[in-house]
Amino acid sequence: MKTAGIVVFPGSNCEHDVAEALAVVGMGSTMVWHGDQRLGGVDAVVLPGGFAHGDYLRPGAIARFSPVMAAVEEFARAGGPVIGICNGFQVLTEAGLLPGALRQNRGLKFLCTEVKTRVDSARSALTCGVATGTVLTLPINHFSGAYSCPPDTLAELRAEDRIVLRYVDNPNGSVDDIAGICSSTGNVVGLMPHPERACDPLGLQDGVRLWASLAATVAGAGADAAPASHRG
Amino acid sequence: MRFAVLVEVRPREGIANPEGATIQRAVAGLGYEGVSGVRVGKAIRFHLDAPDEAAARAQVEELCRRFLTNPVIEDADVSLEAEAGAGQRA
Repeated sequence: MKTAGIVVFPGSNCEHDVAEALAVVGMGSTMVWHGDQRLGGVDAVVLPGGFAHGDYLRPGAIARFSPVMAAVEEFARAGGPVIGICNGFQVLTEAGLLPGALRQNRGLKFLCTEVKTRVDSARSALTCGVATGTVLTLPINHFSGAYSCPPDTLAELRAEDRIVLRYVDNPNGSVDDIAGICSSTGNVVGLMPHPERACDPLGLQDGVRLWASLAATVAGAGADAAPASHRG
Repeated sequence: MRFAVLVEVRPREGIANPEGATIQRAVAGLGYEGVSGVRVGKAIRFHLDAPDEAAARAQVEELCRRFLTNPVIEDADVSLEAEAGAGQRA
């Protein structure tokens, strides 16, 4: 069974939802404490949502220096899939694994609602199994979710087809309606919506399609999905 | 030497600052005219022991770049003041 390492920071609160969602698509998971130096033999890494270190200074600013982040960076550089959701996305931008920053929502509103998002690029580890143009209904739950970046970065993201998810009706003032982006190699993905909370028959289920993409990625649809040095 | 350090973090020019915009509207609502360009950031104060002011400034600026600010959306102004009699304090 393919396994994802779910990084738990002090203040993370979506790690068990992620584990449940991974189980839905047949993936195992293991919790990795932020103070650990090693990821162990995992096939993917997920940085879950929450409020790591209380969001003090800036969301993700302290978490990015957690001991485990050196291993996460190495795993990402070697081509391993790294998914950052909400607070996890903020950690990835602070760590420089993804460009840009998440600033406070337009209107200073904490948003807790469902939104329609559109998959605009299928070249990432989290969207490779979903046709572009597909609209997914996903929950959002954030205060600092307005994606922001310099114009040249935005031009690069567009040119390289790295804007993987856009809001159909921009809720937070994100530049270019951006809800999620990926690295130039496609293996590092950050998004503000919570696909792990949309995997239950009693509620939303569109998140399953994204997790199924990750499962397909680690199953070898992308041959370099998990670097050999991190296996076993 | 011991320095009193003040780091003022502010949103970069061109980055929306909804907090500042809200305060500006409230100020106008209170009847005060002529207030514009309200921006809200944060102030971080600490003490720093360093050999001299140049070394202190270099260290604080590195700290700003790496940790205290996010250069994508924030700038910082650094003020340093030598603290009197600091040499005798523990």
